[in-house]
Amino acid sequence: MEFKIANKAKTLTTVLMIVGVVFTIIGVALNVGGHHFGTRFLVSSLANSYFFFLLGLGALFFLALNYATESGWYASIKRVIEGVAGWLPWGIAFMILVLIAISAMDGAHIYIWMDSAYTTEGSAHYDPIIDGKSAYLNLLFFWIRTLVYMAIYYLFWIGFRKRSLEEDKVGGTELHFKNYRRGALFLVFFAVFSSTSAWDWIMSIDVHWFSTLFGWYTFSGMWVSTMVVLILLIIHLKKHGYLPRVNENHIHDLGKWTFAISFLWSYLWFSQFMLIWYANIPEETTYFINRIENFQILYFTMFVINFAFPMLILMSRDAKRNTGILTFVGLIILAGHWVDAYLMVAGGSLGANACIGFVEIGMAILLAGLFIRVVLTNLTKAPLTPVNHPFLDESIHHEF
Amino acid sequence: MADKVIYAMYDDDDVLKDGAKSLVSKGVKVSEVFSPFPIHGIDPIIGVKNTRLGIMAFIYGLTGLTLATVGMQYFMIIDWPMNIGGKPNFTYLENILAFIPITFEFTVLCAAHGMAITYLLRNKTLPGMPADNPDPRTTDDKFVMELRTSENANFSADELTKMVKDTGIVEIDEKVI
Repeated sequence: MEFKIANKAKTLTTVLMIVGVVFTIIGVALNVGGHHFGTRFLVSSLANSYFFFLLGLGALFFLALNYATESGWYASIKRVIEGVAGWLPWGIAFMILVLIAISAMDGAHIYIWMDSAYTTEGSAHYDPIIDGKSAYLNLLFFWIRTLVYMAIYYLFWIGFRKRSLEEDKVGGTELHFKNYRRGALFLVFFAVFSSTSAWDWIMSIDVHWFSTLFGWYTFSGMWVSTMVVLILLIIHLKKHGYLPRVNENHIHDLGKWTFAISFLWSYLWFSQFMLIWYANIPEETTYFINRIENFQILYFTMFVINFAFPMLILMSRDAKRNTGILTFVGLIILAGHWVDAYLMVAGGSLGANACIGFVEIGMAILLAGLFIRVVLTNLTKAPLTPVNHPFLDESIHHEF
Repeated sequence: MADKVIYAMYDDDDVLKDGAKSLVSKGVKVSEVFSPFPIHGIDPIIGVKNTRLGIMAFIYGLTGLTLATVGMQYFMIIDWPMNIGGKPNFTYLENILAFIPITFEFTVLCAAHGMAITYLLRNKTLPGMPADNPDPRTTDDKFVMELRTSENANFSADELTKMVKDTGIVEIDEKVI
């Protein structure tokens, strides 16, 4: 069945984008000229671009994961995953724009290692720790890495999409096995790059601090946000009569993913926190001291919400099959993970000067509107059910 | 009246499922299915009630949580306060982060063992107990459906046998208990 964007959805996304722009302009007008405003604007841009970029990347990862594991159940929702992954070029564009702006401003107090004042010996701001990391953290190598990650993600996405549409026409298993190999290859790349890219883009903001666990932590946050977006999108499509072959068992599976990955995220958050708290080494505790001093309530509320909501509410089987409960929990933990992404960026750069106001919310609304619009437009470009997927029949009969 | 038991053997779980569906739709009560692995979707067809194992898992988990908390509170705070890494050793709450991994592990341990033992007890499959499946091949690659005349008062044994034979069986066996 061909998907058409309802006029209501068109109006809604347009309104969201306009509200986002208006909020952002109000925020700029209220604060422009303020001492930290340039940094605050870029922090908000980076946090929002990163959060939404990860939604697309998470969908690409989930697609590759299902190819590599040859899952059967997901075949009838494959096009929805592709629709979200189709946001990736936009996400990449926003990330690169923001990173260019930050680089042009010598790091804009976000990536302070970009500022040569910290790495020039004899300068008033000279910082031997940052200088010691400059073999890895320097502008040229940072951009090489960024462009390589983005190019590889983009190429994988183009390839998956092309083969998926071709499979609709030719059928057979040759493309399926090619997808299987490419999916496995993507996972190998992603296993390394999901960590290193999180170090480059996010962890280097707290430039003195390091944690080998950080990549997995951002990765699990990304994964759970993507699963929530997929659930919300599928519930929306089903409500409007699309996806007739997606039954409550598929929704249940997505609910289980959300439940499980929420635990993974909480587990990683807690592992990072507890080990640093226990060892109590000054160079490691800086990250949490900063968050506790400046965002104590927000930071821990965010953790409790992202952990307790899915655990307590989604534990039972019936809850994972109830679209109302899933929507409620999904929206709340999506907001929770947005706060998480914001605090990752704002904590190390703005610190005490950070606040969530018109600019931050406005940009989030703007990107949300654009994201929904792009994803829905992607859905119109291909049949909602991949007709020749070899596991389609298994997916239709999926039950347990 | 003697209870006649009919054992119908299948070599495919989907055939068995379709067979059970058609029998149940004619009003036949299927009393049991033996299978080497869980057949998804068979429970609602033959009318097996939802398991209560989840409730027991919660209770076992809660027991583990309580035991771990009470135990550590006694060992580490009351009986012999230990100074580990300079962490406050006179309150449980301020040290709670250090106790969470153990609490978690003990909760899982109690829940998992409790569930496994309950499951084995309830199914009468503790090690050493006599097996009650009708044919050893149901632990390998065959599936057996069991019908009892005592539960199907509306049908005679011959009628049941005839209906079962239409569902794609590979073998049939009868036994009088």
